[in-house]
Amino acid sequence: MADLSTNVAGIKSPNPFWLASAPPTNSGYQVQRAFEAGWGGAVWKTLGDPILNVTSRFAAVSFNGQRVAGFNNIELITDRPLEVNLKEIYETKKKFPNHAVVASLMVEPKQEKWHEIVKRVEEVGVDGLELNFGCPHGMAERGMGSASGQVPELVEKQTYWVKEAAQTPVIVKLTPNITDITSTAEAAVRGGADAVSMINTINSLAGVDLDSWNTIPHVGGKGAHGGYCGPAVKPIALNMVADCARHPNINVPISGIGGISDWKNAVEFMLMGASGVQVCTAAMHHGFRIVEDMIEGLNNYLDGKGIASLSEIIGAAVPKYSEWGNLDLNYKIVAKINNDVCINCNKCHIACEDTSHQCIDMLKDGSGNSYLEVREEDCVGCNLCSIVCPVDGAIDMIEIESEHPPMSWNERQAAFTSNQSYNPDPVK
Amino acid sequence: MAKSEMARISLTDLKRNFQEVEPGLTGREAVEEANRCLYCYDAPCIQACPTGIDIPTFIKKIASGNLKGSATTIMSANPVGASCARVCPTEELCEGACVLNHSTKPIMIGDLQRHATNWAIQNEQVLFHKGASNGRTVAIIGSGPAGLSAARELALLGYKVTIFEASDKAGGLNTYGIVSFRLPQQISFWEVEQVKSLDVEILTNTTVGKDISAEELQNSYDFIVLAAGMAHVPNLGIEGEELDGVYDAIEFVKETKTKQLTNEFVGKNVVVIGAGNTAIDGATCSVRLGAENVKILYRRTQVEMSAYDFEYEFAKQDGVEFRWLTQPTKIIGDENGRVKAIECLKMELGEPNEDGRRRPAPVNGTEFMIPVDAVIKAIGQTRHQSLIDQFNLEQINGVVQISETYQTSDPNVYACGDVVFGKGKGEAMVVTAAQQGKNVAYAIHHQYEKNSVTA
Repeated sequence: MADLSTNVAGIKSPNPFWLASAPPTNSGYQVQRAFEAGWGGAVWKTLGDPILNVTSRFAAVSFNGQRVAGFNNIELITDRPLEVNLKEIYETKKKFPNHAVVASLMVEPKQEKWHEIVKRVEEVGVDGLELNFGCPHGMAERGMGSASGQVPELVEKQTYWVKEAAQTPVIVKLTPNITDITSTAEAAVRGGADAVSMINTINSLAGVDLDSWNTIPHVGGKGAHGGYCGPAVKPIALNMVADCARHPNINVPISGIGGISDWKNAVEFMLMGASGVQVCTAAMHHGFRIVEDMIEGLNNYLDGKGIASLSEIIGAAVPKYSEWGNLDLNYKIVAKINNDVCINCNKCHIACEDTSHQCIDMLKDGSGNSYLEVREEDCVGCNLCSIVCPVDGAIDMIEIESEHPPMSWNERQAAFTSNQSYNPDPVK
Repeated sequence: MAKSEMARISLTDLKRNFQEVEPGLTGREAVEEANRCLYCYDAPCIQACPTGIDIPTFIKKIASGNLKGSATTIMSANPVGASCARVCPTEELCEGACVLNHSTKPIMIGDLQRHATNWAIQNEQVLFHKGASNGRTVAIIGSGPAGLSAARELALLGYKVTIFEASDKAGGLNTYGIVSFRLPQQISFWEVEQVKSLDVEILTNTTVGKDISAEELQNSYDFIVLAAGMAHVPNLGIEGEELDGVYDAIEFVKETKTKQLTNEFVGKNVVVIGAGNTAIDGATCSVRLGAENVKILYRRTQVEMSAYDFEYEFAKQDGVEFRWLTQPTKIIGDENGRVKAIECLKMELGEPNEDGRRRPAPVNGTEFMIPVDAVIKAIGQTRHQSLIDQFNLEQINGVVQISETYQTSDPNVYACGDVVFGKGKGEAMVVTAAQQGKNVAYAIHHQYEKNSVTA
């Protein structure tokens, strides 16, 4: 049994699975149910000044029959009175002292507003604070959420104000609706953040109804952009986490968020530098019970690898993530089709023929049976065939021994720069 | 009768017994199944379909919600595609070729085809428009799968087509010959309407050779297509065949599709002679008419029977009993001329004969009697010999001889479907007939274009 206990900037939980600040953490009833189901922590649905919500709030994107491949919402922060939330946070923390309860906060970018709310939530015993600089809809129009999260100076300043008052660790939750998330992450660190969490949701319009031409979702025939999350956003989130993890100036723990649906996704985020993860859409799709498999799967994975403690994997894959210019130009792989396993759907052929490098031939053997073969000399090792192949093990990408030593683009450029007599740059 | 069969068969509501057995897919099921299709390139299912339906494409269209397009893809390749969705031996054709047989389980292509064509039927879609007239006329004899298919393709190519149909309704085998619980008549009628919508004229109750002569057709039309199918079940050649209660399986099935269902079989004992698909139809229709016991008598064994495996399984589920190596020798009647028993002889298999099946031979002294109330004959079908003679076509034992381009010995007469179906030439399937009809249309068009160029 591996040690799954987690510590994100001093906020401790029995396992790395927290519920993200969202509808699942709207009330004490829900958070307590989640803890009973096994969740290690919860970031309470964002507290702030009173708001009004609309009805018709969520929409999801199905892909080839798979429901909730992506999820979109236009719900705002909590619409329950602050006092009620504080009372329930207190009760929850009392019942579950070893679980992490983090308060998500969003107020106007004013020092006194931040000081006031920090004091009030810390009084009821939260383990930490998460500043919501990420919500892209509604609140942003009022200068909060992603509107302040998109301006590095505002992120820094507000973080600083919170830190002036806070006794507990402060996590700054970042918006992905920005060109380079490391600039706002750096600003949070400059402001004194103890950790950053990412990603909040991505600006989105889930769809348009083909008959009514209404947006999906719509509120009485009118729509507004929402925030996108769920499995579809995972690669975007993972890249942002990894970018921050390998950034020299962002040296605070990261809480990973974005499309995490199972223990495998959690391992990926943690390998790429997250100290823990937050989940929302998967719970909204299936209920709190999914955490049982998340915990068990993670534990079995670590046991299988002989890893005693979850903390050992945090950031372990970050050194493997770099810039394109550092990739080895002389590394070569080619596709190899295993005809014993291949079922002859020919998807690899048509994908390669129409959209890649025309190197998979459809052939017939002596007895007239069809088979597929890769012309290795023309294969660029793009992976497309193995991606579209529906059968495990039918296509392997095989490494070909290179005649040249490894050399990246950056190394190549450096070598040429030192040899001024010859400028080989084909681009110029 | 076992409990499960009790639930399947009602003795009081016979009509219910003849409703389509297989429930169609729901919209959700169809989309899920469609999404499972790999959308193979150069897919083997297409190769395995005698009409070459672009199966991955029609399935993709179900997944995308383009059901009209899906039905159009199906029907453009196969003018009787809605019927074929129900009657094709898919395990032996498209589904048997599905690449997923090698990894998980094959796509339910037949059910998906049925789903898409059902949509077109329910939404009263007209999927095709006739081609610009080229001024040529074609007479087609027979409105079964082959005739309809030829007519549809010829109409699309601009020919003025007239179909001569001896029966009261068009559709041939699909309308009259396939049991309702597999293929309801309305499906066949929709396919007929699709063809009629292309200005194809169908003259029903019109028998060539009686109501109009072959010569008249030859004089009035540029081309003739003989697609008359086969005729009745031949005689067994045994005593008692004329008795009351002896039926021709083809006629027997036809009556269940055209008349009020009779309750005269309720509680009765029935034997069916033969073990082809028509015999299965006769047997399962008997069960559905309330027969207490239904036996299939076959002089060879399960190995030699020509019924599809799924039909055999279906009959067994219906409680039909199979008596292998059993040759009827005499039908015995009562004083009123009604069947009361059948005398049989046990057989054994000897050496294979010319068609490769082992020849049955009687075992002396093994005569036995089965008391029965009805005997249904299903030992094949005879040919429309006189019709073939009227056109003076080259033939062997009633099988019209054709060239590779379906041309008969008369260059303006083409033939397709069961009239050209000879022993050892694969299977007489609806889908094969449909493809032959298409091929005839293309052959006629080729001949016409060739003549136009030389003229």
